[in-house]
Amino acid sequence: MNTNESAQKKPASTDEKFVQVIDVVKKFDETTAVDGVSLSVARNELFALLGSSGCGKSTLLRMLAGFETITSGKILIDGEDMSRLPPYKRPVNMMFQSYALFPHMTVESNIAFGLKQEGVGKGEIAERVADALNLVQMSKYAKRKPFQLSGGQQQRAALARSLVKRPKVLLLDEPMSALDKQIRQRTQIELVNILYKVGVTCIMVTHDQEEAMTMADRLAVMSEGRIVQLGAPNEVYEYPNSKFAASFIGSTNLFAGAIVEDQPDHIYVESPDLKQRMFISHGVTGPLGMPVSISVRPERVVLSRAKPAQDTNVAVGKVVNIAYMGGYTIYHVQLESGKVVMANVSTLMFDETEPPGYDAEVYVSWGPTAGVVLTK
Amino acid sequence: MIKPNKNLQVTVLSLGFFFLYAPILSLVVYSFNDSQLVTIWSKFSFRWYGELMHDDELINAAWLSLKIGLMTAFASVFIGTWAGFVLARMGRFRGFALYSAMVNAPLVIPEVIQGISLLLLFVEMAKYIGWPAERGVLTIWIGHVMLCISYVAIIVQSRIRELDTSLEDAAMDLGATPFKVFFVITLPLISQALVSGWLLSFTLSIDDLVLSAFLSGPGSTTLPLVVFSRVRLGLNPEMNALATIFITLVTIGVLTANYFMQKAERKRMAMSA
Repeated sequence: MNTNESAQKKPASTDEKFVQVIDVVKKFDETTAVDGVSLSVARNELFALLGSSGCGKSTLLRMLAGFETITSGKILIDGEDMSRLPPYKRPVNMMFQSYALFPHMTVESNIAFGLKQEGVGKGEIAERVADALNLVQMSKYAKRKPFQLSGGQQQRAALARSLVKRPKVLLLDEPMSALDKQIRQRTQIELVNILYKVGVTCIMVTHDQEEAMTMADRLAVMSEGRIVQLGAPNEVYEYPNSKFAASFIGSTNLFAGAIVEDQPDHIYVESPDLKQRMFISHGVTGPLGMPVSISVRPERVVLSRAKPAQDTNVAVGKVVNIAYMGGYTIYHVQLESGKVVMANVSTLMFDETEPPGYDAEVYVSWGPTAGVVLTK
Repeated sequence: MIKPNKNLQVTVLSLGFFFLYAPILSLVVYSFNDSQLVTIWSKFSFRWYGELMHDDELINAAWLSLKIGLMTAFASVFIGTWAGFVLARMGRFRGFALYSAMVNAPLVIPEVIQGISLLLLFVEMAKYIGWPAERGVLTIWIGHVMLCISYVAIIVQSRIRELDTSLEDAAMDLGATPFKVFFVITLPLISQALVSGWLLSFTLSIDDLVLSAFLSGPGSTTLPLVVFSRVRLGLNPEMNALATIFITLVTIGVLTANYFMQKAERKRMAMSA
């Protein structure tokens, strides 16, 4: 009912475009940190901004929170323009990378802090703080000071503090970076479960692609202040739109080359890296001879001792490096051209055959659908 | 690796401590001497402590010093915190280097020069605007505050620099206005620096002779001034008694302050760990 009312008052907001970032630019003196970013986040969606340090993702998050002013562009939340609002008036709360729990207050008063600023009555504060503590299973640590908590507990306290005001948008700044690697994966899933339970629109920033893929419904890969690619994690992984996106999300083999034959249902690509042509089972819109890069994920590459029965997408080489990862092994195979191709071989395969050792001559090959044509 | 010689260590340490504390110890011992002469021991007595209690000049001077010390400590902490905060947080504004240098200058400018320049200023001001009509508590206070602001500003500035800015961001994010953030988050977190600054200012002020000498007027003689002028007229065991009382008070004060500050420091370390 509440949502209906606000929707009537602000017709610009829809569930699909709950948060709208419109052509936002941020300049610090001469450097441009964010360079014309536009995106929209749906209500209750978990959206991730992914990129290496200095790509502008944190600046964008700080602009959403109100800590940085926008040089040009617009940010709308639920149809309302945020540009002129200071951080303390925005319906947005943030969980900081360092958690930023107030060291001189107990967990309970940390969580109550935001509600006190709002002028909520004492009884209601107590009730909502108790609910929030319960949500993150921290009720028994209510009276502790932050320094008496472990990293994981601090994170949950910080989460409770940023959720207790029921923000329209929750911002997460590198939520896992202060945690040990072992507990990260479990915590990621726990965090997502809590966020779904409360039903909150969430924008997170991370440099860890695994984290983004585990947690987010959709993600945006950023580089040099711009969005390189935006989509669901599996879309971005399977169909990267550029060399940057392909190599930033996961690892990949890139073959530079040119289209030599273009048909509506397939193309042939010649690359100086490979003796044989590459065959890709879909057409592209581009002229003959156009320079392209072909991305082939290591898990799509088949490694074999015997020559496979195909005359495209195949090459011979010798093993130069073997990295055993447990569930699979990464083989680095150097081709005659000098190019090194990575192939992930499932451990399951070695049950049947003896694994090839260093310097062994092997064939690498892949299917007609494995290659993704990248034009930039 | 050089192995420290245990005997040598003990000897050097004892020599050092002897050098530091022998004069003070002899001063304390002779305060209980009955003789009029400072250097000849006659018999144990509290005579000079009794005389001290009836020495109105000394007692008045002590009260005045205490008053100026307290006033200086509070004013310096107030202004110094302000300056330190600006230096640590305002970023590089126009004239930052000049401002920063000017805040720190009193640390290196000899007190004599500060004293003379302030005295000249006050004299000139009195001539043109009629204020200050005469030198006294107020002028001493101004001089002391001028000196102590620098110390407080430096302490506060370094503490604020190491403070995680995301704490203040978080408070603002949760709906507190910048003004409120300063009082509810920043101040409590730098309280230790404020206490250190307060204690340092108080000590500097109580102890100060040079500035006070230039800036005092009739009827506003601080304790160090009285002691200094009396010593020039000849030593008196009463001074020993006074010194002993001071040493006792200071020792108790320092030990208590140390105890609490170490406790707070441990807590802070645990927090940041």
